[in-house]
Amino acid sequence: MMDKIARALTGKKGLIAYITAGFPDYAECERAVLTAVGAGADVIEIGLPFSDPLADGPVLQKASADALFAGATTEKTLRLANRLRQKTAAPLLIMSYINPIAAFGVDRFAAEAAAAGIDGLILPDVPEEEKDVAAGALEKRGLSLISFIAPTSGEERIAAICARARTGFIYCLARTGVTGAGGGFDQATENLVRTARQYAHLPIAIGFGIADAKTARQAAEYADAAIVGSALVENLRQGGHQAVGSFIRSLRRELDRCG
Amino acid sequence: MIKGLPDKRGKFGGFGGRFVPETVMPALLGLEKEYLKLRRDREFQTELRRWLRGYAGRPTTLYRADRLSKHYGRAAVYLKREDLLHTGAHKINNAIGQALLALRMGKTRAVAETGAGQHGVAAATACALFGLNCVVYMGEEDMERQRLNVFRMRMLGAEVRPVASGTGTLKDATSEAIRDWVANVRDTHYIIGTAAGPHPYPLLVRDFQSVIGRETKAQAAKEGLRISKVIACVGGGSNAIGMFFPFRNDRSIEKIGVEAGGRGLDKENAATINRGRPGFLHGSYSYLMQDGEGQVLPVYSLSAGLDYPGVGPEHAYYHEAGAARYMAVTDDEAIEAFKLLTRLEGIIPALESAHALASLETVMPGTAPGEAVIVCLSGRGDKDVEMVEKYLGGKR
Repeated sequence: MMDKIARALTGKKGLIAYITAGFPDYAECERAVLTAVGAGADVIEIGLPFSDPLADGPVLQKASADALFAGATTEKTLRLANRLRQKTAAPLLIMSYINPIAAFGVDRFAAEAAAAGIDGLILPDVPEEEKDVAAGALEKRGLSLISFIAPTSGEERIAAICARARTGFIYCLARTGVTGAGGGFDQATENLVRTARQYAHLPIAIGFGIADAKTARQAAEYADAAIVGSALVENLRQGGHQAVGSFIRSLRRELDRCG
Repeated sequence: MIKGLPDKRGKFGGFGGRFVPETVMPALLGLEKEYLKLRRDREFQTELRRWLRGYAGRPTTLYRADRLSKHYGRAAVYLKREDLLHTGAHKINNAIGQALLALRMGKTRAVAETGAGQHGVAAATACALFGLNCVVYMGEEDMERQRLNVFRMRMLGAEVRPVASGTGTLKDATSEAIRDWVANVRDTHYIIGTAAGPHPYPLLVRDFQSVIGRETKAQAAKEGLRISKVIACVGGGSNAIGMFFPFRNDRSIEKIGVEAGGRGLDKENAATINRGRPGFLHGSYSYLMQDGEGQVLPVYSLSAGLDYPGVGPEHAYYHEAGAARYMAVTDDEAIEAFKLLTRLEGIIPALESAHALASLETVMPGTAPGEAVIVCLSGRGDKDVEMVEKYLGGKR
């Protein structure tokens, strides 16, 4: 049986929206998430800010730094998740790095995240080889730990990673490099998704480089879902949650056309 | 007994590992495989030794500092003169090793991070020597502190990219270098400058720097020295691990790492093992200066090369295993040691190395004549004289 996250990305082209927790503040962030869900996002990633976000480009680095400066904490972010859970049924994931989670205590984090209604975690600095740092604690609480594949992974790794992934989705990095900046995808992205498809039991989502409706549609041509982060956060910075709404609606329309 | 670490997963005890994005995991696995092969490859090791001798200026001398020894009136102080190497610091040992490794792997481009500029200059030098394109990331504040080194790197053909994010120092330069590497991993090798980062970097930097301790050991044996202590400064910890590792099983020899105490251990400092807690940064699990939320804290040291919130995982392990002792000295103490060595021995030490020298104030009273205390003089201080002038001016 499929888990809640995977189910939300099945039957149509999925849209996963990332928003940095506490950016620009928790109230506006909460409105932005609810607006995104209302405008057609299927799954929400809440970014728990970290001072040294290695996998992020300039936009999300800045959002993370601004959120921390404005007073973002792990506890406040868990409370945000809890409030969101009262207002939406959409799957909620926390995206962060291992250090803030470890500092909170992995077991404690898993327990409190599950109690707040979180469905899973995305930790870009925890590759397959290091998953045991968190996987056991998360699994015990019924939380997914999302698996990544990259253009550099090679078929053997892709096969192993996809075969082990049981819940959530496969996070397919469209490009080498960090989050942000569009530019679209190439044959290599298509090949990567095609390879993953042979081994995955889960929906495949493309992230890193989806900037607009056009690139989202391109992603949806190969994959089951598109993940949008930097472009969405930039909209939030420029035009508040209203801008998030129209941005997500434009992506939704394009994805629905792909069927 | 310190075992033949790291293990297969790159762990020193519980420290180390590979906490990096999937994009670079295959590159790390490839690097590990290639390096483990070259580690036993006679031809590669011979080639490396040839460059270190003919080009970098090895072996460096183990110099008996008589006037400094007399000043303390106890054990004899010996200086391992890494400051005499080409480019002025131990960093060249590792830069040449890694550039040769990059060539063997068919890479055409290298990225590096730098704090004081010593590793950046060493990497730019090795890249000029072997014809690799070189990009060095350097924090904006550090570029200001070390303007001459920026110019040197540019003269050597490297592109120096300023890093404004975060605190604009070594930590942020390292993050940017890793981001560049993640994006360009197919043709690019990351020449990390210290014994930190994801596996296999702590291992290969240690190996390339261990020439320091191996030479010291052989030179001391030849002179019939009875070594009681070896001392080195610790930022990320590359010269220290290079000195300590060959002595790891000599239990009678105390290994002392000296961290940057900055303005004091209860004020701003960069004494990671003394003041930090274990955490994850730049791909490895080790001691880390962080707040209760796991956010990395800004650190401070007058010495740009020690101004780093992390430390190599092998040092974290040595600390927990009691295989080495880690103390801290302040900016003021380092400056005093800087002046003392300059005045007594006619050697201007790097501010980083001056930290190791400053520990003699507390270490020497516990020593006796007939013993030898060895300090790794990791670099020369020409780059720091302007900084020291400013500092002393401000004190007046």
